[in-house]
Parts: sequence; structure tokens; C-alpha cells
Amino acid sequence: MPPLLRQTLSRVGMSLLVLWGVSMLIFVIARVIPGDPARVALGPNATAEQVQALSEALHLDRSIVVQYGFWLADLVQGDLGRSLYTNRPVTQDIAEFLPATLELVFVAALLMVALGMPLGILAARYRGRWPDHLIRVISLLTVSAPAFVWAVVLMLCFAYFLPLFPIAGRLSEEFTIPRVTGFLTIDALLAGDLAAFADALHHIVLPAVALSLSGIGQAARLTRANMIETYDKPYIEMAQAYGFPESRIARTYAFRPSLIPSLTIIGLDIAALLGNAFLVEAVFGWPGLSRYGVQVILRKDLNAIVGTVLVIAAMFLIVNIIVDILTVLMNPKIRHAEKRG
Amino acid sequence: MKRAALILAANPLTLLGVVLVALVVLAALLADLIAPFPDHRGAVVDFVNFNKPPGGAFIMGTDVVGRDLFSRILYAYRISLLMAVVVLAIAVPIGVTLGLMAGYLGGRWEYGLMRLTDIFLAIPPLVLALSILGVMKPTLLNGMIAVTAMWWPWYTRLVYNITRGEKAEGYVLAAEVTGASRIHIMFREILPNCIPAIVTKMTLDAGFVILIASSLSFLGLGVQAPTPDLGSMVAEGARYLPDQWWLSVFPGLAILIAVFGFNLIGDGLRDILGGDR
Repeated sequence: MPPLLRQTLSRVGMSLLVLWGVSMLIFVIARVIPGDPARVALGPNATAEQVQALSEALHLDRSIVVQYGFWLADLVQGDLGRSLYTNRPVTQDIAEFLPATLELVFVAALLMVALGMPLGILAARYRGRWPDHLIRVISLLTVSAPAFVWAVVLMLCFAYFLPLFPIAGRLSEEFTIPRVTGFLTIDALLAGDLAAFADALHHIVLPAVALSLSGIGQAARLTRANMIETYDKPYIEMAQAYGFPESRIARTYAFRPSLIPSLTIIGLDIAALLGNAFLVEAVFGWPGLSRYGVQVILRKDLNAIVGTVLVIAAMFLIVNIIVDILTVLMNPKIRHAEKRG
Repeated sequence: MKRAALILAANPLTLLGVVLVALVVLAALLADLIAPFPDHRGAVVDFVNFNKPPGGAFIMGTDVVGRDLFSRILYAYRISLLMAVVVLAIAVPIGVTLGLMAGYLGGRWEYGLMRLTDIFLAIPPLVLALSILGVMKPTLLNGMIAVTAMWWPWYTRLVYNITRGEKAEGYVLAAEVTGASRIHIMFREILPNCIPAIVTKMTLDAGFVILIASSLSFLGLGVQAPTPDLGSMVAEGARYLPDQWWLSVFPGLAILIAVFGFNLIGDGLRDILGGDR
């Protein structure tokens, strides 16, 4: 088996194991809830028999181990149970809300890499001079406020005072796009509706920027730190002695080797975007999984809580696997290295 | 002391951080003396002065029931700082101990503890705290428990990585040869070498705990009204955008100032002490 495939498979296996652990952890957390979920679901007017019947149907009368067994057996068949809040299968709810969140997170992650890394390169190249100090202050500022504060500030500045962007939502009312993937930008393109595509992009700008700001700061700081470590290596000095242009040294000799340690952490930061989407979606009325997540948490809807967290954790692990594969592809040395600690 | 002063003088940004954090701490401690309307931290209603824009007696304006925003922010800092102190005081010792054990004892300990850490780290931090808080009553204490539960694994991983490096160093081998106990080696030999990294991370984290705590209360899962909290104040104020902009902007700015202060100090410490990246 080629090493890349073997490492990928072992990572996938390990991730499934972690996911299994997450499911148990979240299941236990969700079941220590005080009060009777069956009673909560049926409301105060239900009879004791009705509550009893629902309890039995949901296996709530059995021990937590048995409950987990039933739940796991359902999960293997792709069934996460019913949401007591929307009264639909949790998988159906998640399928409806997840694409909106992924679309937002994807654009934010793109902004994070496309803006954060160049800023980091710039800071490292002009280390100790004013661009470095300026970028340091900016990136420290961006990580110093939660995404919802940036969301409020951006909304106030660029949707109200300067009405450049729409205030909320994913699409203006005059557009309807047939749902294929759930990603509005992709669906608009599939439908060949360029005006709707532009409108969807227009809507995603502010929430995505609000979500990505702290990530941009983190990516910039990380890239700078790793590049500066590389800058201290003798081969850079040699390249400088040979008189290679500084911009080429920065891009090729200093940036590339530093990319590998940066990428691993950036994977974690993208995962953090999934969590922070909770904050941005709330401000911009973005109909995503995070908003659904908050609703079900506030209503103590067990199946939906467990399902949402599990899906988010799965997304997180997938991002990390992709980042790992990228790392391996970029560095042949890692392919043969021993399992890292 | 003198050395610290010299270092600060050479790092104006770090000095700014110290000043900001000092101001925030003073504001929280002396809230009773500074606040123009100390009773406005509770459920007070003043319909004569509701929705006043910043100016006059209310330098940051008043909220929809006429409470002075500035006074409420000062009291909200108390909650934020208390949260940071309590969470770190519990999460750091737990995380550090587990990290030392996983790194030094190795074998089954290493495998079990690091997989457990992976599980916690596989859930985005905010989501884990949310789901814990979701099933409990949203109180200050439960908020602290939820944030602590998501915080310790980071210290486990940090200390684990350092310990694995230090384990093969001469001084550890020397201690092993003299028959020192494993507890002694972990806490008296290896731990001191982790301190710079831990201190740097704690400084940065003090800011991030404030940030996460405000995020939880922003989503309605933190301290409940009428107790003022920066996050819930922003959430409440966001409903009155854009006309009563001060209701969300000033509490947001208050979060920014506190977290920025801790970040500046942490960033400076990282340069001075070395430590985690």
C-alpha cells in the first residue's frame, strides 16, 4: 500500500474512533439533563399513560448504556432519531441547515488563508520594522473580540451607515433557486442564474468577514512566527549572500517550509470557525446549523443536540484529515516519518 | 522588579497591555466607587431617562429601561474577570497534571489520556461548552464548569509535548538514576521547564476565557438578567440596531479592551519567556 494511502486510512480510522468517543461523551452530557424529556415533549396536558408510552418508545425507561446501544444501532443505519422541537428526523433538519453553515465557513476559511497568510509573509519579511508592528497590532486586535462583536460593528458600518451590503439573510426575496446542493452560490450557478449568484455572494460577504476576522489575525501571526524560525536557518543567509531577490527568498525559501507547521494549526482554526458560526449566524439571521443548534439547545431537544454536535465534530475531523493529507503531499519527508506525537 | 520595568520600557505594546488590564481590574474592583449609578447593576427602571444617547450624566448612554450603560459595564467586568480566574485556576492544574502523566509515564497512560484529549479537542470549543450548558441551568457556576471542561485539554497537550522532549534530557535521567520518585520527577524536575510556556498561555487564555464566556452569554446561556454581562448586553443591544447603536457597541468595545490587554501582555511574554507558539 502506498504510504500516503496507508496514512490516510489510519487517520480516518483514528478519526472514527474519536468520533465514537465524542458520541459517548455528548450522549452522556445530554442524558444527565434534569427533568423528563418525554414530559417536556408532550407538554403539561398529556396523561401519565401518554408520557409512559413515549418514554418506552424512546427507551427512556432503560439504563443509559441500553439507551446508548439503541441510539448507536440507529446511527449505523443513518438515523439520529426525531427532533422533539421540529418533529422531523434530525438527519432531515441537519441536511436542511448544514449547507448554509458550510458555505459561510468555507468562504470565511478562504478569506482567512487568502488574507492571513500574505499578511504574515509581509510581517516576517519586514520583521522589526513598521509593517511588522502594524500587522502585529492589527492581528492582535482582530483576535481580541468575539465574532459577534465584529458582526455588530460590520453590520452597523456597512449595512446601516453605508448601505453597501444587505442586512440579513442569504438571498433577496425576488430570487428563487431550485435546491440541489443547498449551497446557494453553487445552486445559482447550476441553475445558470448569474444575477442570483451575485446576490448570494453579496449576502455572504459581511457574515463571512465577521467570522473570518479573528482567523485572519491568527493565520497572520502563525505564518509570521513559523517563517521567522525559517529565516534564521543558514540556507536563507546563503540565498541572501548570493543576492537572490528578497521577495523570492520570502516566497520560496522562507514561506514554503514554514507552511507545513502553519497548516496544522490553521486546520484547528477552521474548526473554530464552525463553532464561531453560532455567533455570526445569530446576528445576521443566517439560517444555518448553528442557529438550529442554539434553538434545540435552548429547548433541551436531546436527539437534535447530540446529532448537531456529532455532525459538527465530524466536519471538524474531516477538515483535519484533509489538512493532514495536504501536509503529507507537500512534504515527502513526512511520508516516511514515524507517527508524530 | 527593575528588570521587569526595563523590559516593559523596551516593549511599549506590552506596557499598553499592562495598563489596559490594570484599568479593567481596577474598574471591576472599584465599581462601587466609580460607577455613577451603582444600583443600575440590578433590575432598576428609570423611564424618564430611557434610550438616552451617550452624553451628559450618562457618558455611554442608557438602555431601554433607562439604566446607565457605563455603570453596568463596570459591574459586568467583575463577572468576566471572576470567570477567567476561576476557569484557569481549575483547568490549568488538571490539564498540566494529565499532560505530565501522559508525557512522562508513557505507555497506556499516554495512549488513554491523549485519546481522551483528542475527543475533547474534536468538538469546537464553543460547541462543547454550549452543549454542556444546554442541559444545565444557565448560571454563573455552570458556565464556569462548561468553560473549564473545554479548557483543560489544551494544557494537557501543551505540557505533554514539552514533557516528551524533556523526558530524554540528562537531568531527568540523572534524577531517575538517583532513585527519585516519579511524582518528584514530574512535578519538581520537568514541571519547572514547562512554566514559561504555561504562564504565556495562561495570560493569553485569560483574555480568551473572557471572550468565550461573553459568547456563551451572548447566546443566552450565561449569567441571567438582571445581572449585567458584556455578552448578553451586546445581544440585547443588537436588537435595537442601528438607532440605539451604543447599547451593543460599548459593551463590545469593553470586551475588546479587556481581551486586547491580555493578548498584548501574552504576546510580550512570549517574546520574553519563549514558550508556546
